[in-house]
Amino acid sequence: MNRATVIDYKAGNLTSVVNALRHLRAKVTVTESPADIACADCIVLPGVGHFSATVRLEQTGVAAAVRAAVDGGTPFLGICVGLQWLFAGSTEAPGCAGLAAFPEMCDRFAPGRKIPHVGWNSLEIRPASRLFAGISSGSYAYFTHSYRAPVIQATVAVTDYAEPFTAAVERANAMGVQFHPEKSGETGLRVLRNFLEWEPC
Amino acid sequence: MLTRRIIACLDVNAGRVVKGVQFIDLVDAGDPAELAARHADAGADEIVLLDITATHENRGTLLDTVHRTAQRLFVPFTVGGGIRNAEDAAAVFDAGADKVSINSAALRRPDLIGEIGAKFGAQAVIVAMDARRVSSAPVEEAEVFVAGGRKAAGRRVVEWAREAESRGAGEILLTSMDSDGTRAGFDCELTAAVSQAVQIPVIASGGAGNAHHFTQVFCEGYADAALAAGIFHFGIADVRSLKEELRREGIPVRLPC
Repeated sequence: MNRATVIDYKAGNLTSVVNALRHLRAKVTVTESPADIACADCIVLPGVGHFSATVRLEQTGVAAAVRAAVDGGTPFLGICVGLQWLFAGSTEAPGCAGLAAFPEMCDRFAPGRKIPHVGWNSLEIRPASRLFAGISSGSYAYFTHSYRAPVIQATVAVTDYAEPFTAAVERANAMGVQFHPEKSGETGLRVLRNFLEWEPC
Repeated sequence: MLTRRIIACLDVNAGRVVKGVQFIDLVDAGDPAELAARHADAGADEIVLLDITATHENRGTLLDTVHRTAQRLFVPFTVGGGIRNAEDAAAVFDAGADKVSINSAALRRPDLIGEIGAKFGAQAVIVAMDARRVSSAPVEEAEVFVAGGRKAAGRRVVEWAREAESRGAGEILLTSMDSDGTRAGFDCELTAAVSQAVQIPVIASGGAGNAHHFTQVFCEGYADAALAAGIFHFGIADVRSLKEELRREGIPVRLPC
């Protein structure tokens, strides 16, 4: 696969994600159009801001288009807030619904350590993950976030910051990473490459 | 485990990396894009590019330098210098920065911290502060300076750090002007005073000379990250050998990288 559709929902900076995908020779379309999403080969939902920014995905019809595409088998990768959006919602923006591919809620880290969780932390990777093919458990990735998703059955990478949380989820073609693969060196580029080369089972 | 970050800083003047001693006497150290890539390959956890003469010469950040540097950099990339308003910040993000570092402009108009944060997320806003101790006064009384260390801002560093946090800064980049360029070690006492006063990560800067200095600022200064420039550029230590030494001293670092 060499085409990637990156959703622009005006919630911050897309340049780094686009740079990394282009570095991997993907042809990148940046869009907010449901029609573009409907015909995407694969979809990337970046996110560096506040969960409330995702309300725009509902308003613009993007959420419905993504839901249909994911149901139809299109690979989807949510990054940071993009991963959290795969869940039912987040206490960061209680009135704002996520895609609810996973029924759990995201919540703020418990007080006691510095928040946000910023920096390179290690990934405990479950062996069956396709997103992490070729990446050894214990590899480091770059995180910057104050809210996190709980560890669930679809969790394929766990990271610890006072408590274990979901660093990545993967169920069929719906995938999400809490860290920033575009800023996680060779490990992150490998995750993105695995995603771009994802084929249905 | 969350690791301590080693950040390589590129001080840029007129498109070239330079390094000064206590903010003056600049020496040429090379091309920013090339050096940034080299530091990242050697294991730097982040790259910071500071356009050190932008503010006092009243011109914008070198966007083309930022763009060129960002193209092939897959670790976090911070840009500072000459960012006076949200539009300047937006241009720097567009050019490929992941975070901006604001200093003088934030002191002049603290609302800027929240304005950039609202648009790009708090994680994207680093408030940089250059502090100098006041002789014989307690460390908390250290004064903040602006315009590349040229002018006293009339603020105390701990109090300003608390305000920056409350206004939504994502991190604090704390430079000790007394230690900067001396390679005699970070100011651990100053770093500890700021780090313990806020909940957000603090990046220590100024004075790195050897690996033990990093260990000290992580253990005694409670720094979340430490930044250095000169020691890397002139080959005294590359980041990888520094990290290997830190690991031997028991500091969690990203290795292999």
